[in-house]
Amino acid sequence: MSKLKQAPEVNAGSMADIAFLLLIFFLVTASIETDVGLNRILPRESTDPFVEIKARNLLEIGINAKNQLMVEGDILPLEELRTKVVSFIDNGGLQTNDKDFCGYCKGERLAHLSEHPDQAIISITTSRDSDYAYYVSVQNEIIGAYNLLRNRESSRLYGIAYETLVQNYGEDIGPTEKMAIKGKIEAIRAMFPQKIIEPEVIHQ
Amino acid sequence: MAKFAKKKDGDLPAVSTASLPDIVFMLLFFFMTVTTMKDSSLLVQNTLPNASEVKKLEKKDRVIYIYVGKPTREYQSVYGTEPKIQLNDKFADVNEVGTYILAERAKKPQELQNVLTTALKVDKDANMGLISDIKQKLRQVNALKVNYTTYEGDAFNNLQ
Repeated sequence: MSKLKQAPEVNAGSMADIAFLLLIFFLVTASIETDVGLNRILPRESTDPFVEIKARNLLEIGINAKNQLMVEGDILPLEELRTKVVSFIDNGGLQTNDKDFCGYCKGERLAHLSEHPDQAIISITTSRDSDYAYYVSVQNEIIGAYNLLRNRESSRLYGIAYETLVQNYGEDIGPTEKMAIKGKIEAIRAMFPQKIIEPEVIHQ
Repeated sequence: MAKFAKKKDGDLPAVSTASLPDIVFMLLFFFMTVTTMKDSSLLVQNTLPNASEVKKLEKKDRVIYIYVGKPTREYQSVYGTEPKIQLNDKFADVNEVGTYILAERAKKPQELQNVLTTALKVDKDANMGLISDIKQKLRQVNALKVNYTTYEGDAFNNLQ
């Protein structure tokens, strides 16, 4: 009679099968998707497309159908684009006594490159047949150049890299702290604003 | 002496499978956390290019997706091999991009309508002509925030 007192053990052998079924269901319906990318702001559709820009303040980048890169009339390997863009933005070519003189620029202050990071405009023209992958690489290098400069100034002013600031901003922090970081980010962005225009594609 | 009763040979103790469900559940939770649900099945090939200066796309409810690429093999006989645009679950023409964005925007709550990002998931073999057309359409409907969705990696790998 003592046998009746013991509750019969539930057979857990099929539990694994159930769990496997669930697992397979998730494997089938889910996919490891990337959700990273290059953030860009497209230029506003302008009603007045004629704005006077000094030639020295414009860096013209062209990509042709054979995926070659042309910067200011010369063919340039992609590897050198980043340094080229940095030297263009960071040039600070105005005279020391000018009111818009760029005090934080560390460039070579050449006469044919930009006057001030605020004035520096980068234009990308692509042929209809250029590869999207190549275009992304070019965008990547330009953003890389801006990040490099922003990191430099951010480290100098606040002792922390710009990218770390942006990362910290996204985290869970108090509102006062958030405001402080926001102020810093905006200050750095104002020093090196991204001005990238993309004129209409050249039809071939 | 019966005290040292000889064990029957061939009578191995059964391996306990009681912890097997735990292991499988662990796997299950791992997959549940690292993967995301597919919201639309892809009709186009979608091998994204690489980039290193990437930012994470946060807050999925603020993103509108546009896929571009060659149709996958099963659709190639009907749609050819030229890169096409996929909006939601069907192929679309460039001219439909504007209305699609406006329709998607109208579906979102009021407070998010100004902070939407358009994620361009474009195959690396697509050409720029189509992309510039899309960008032109995006500018027309004032959807200026775009994200070129990429894999994280070395941008120079794109050149091969």
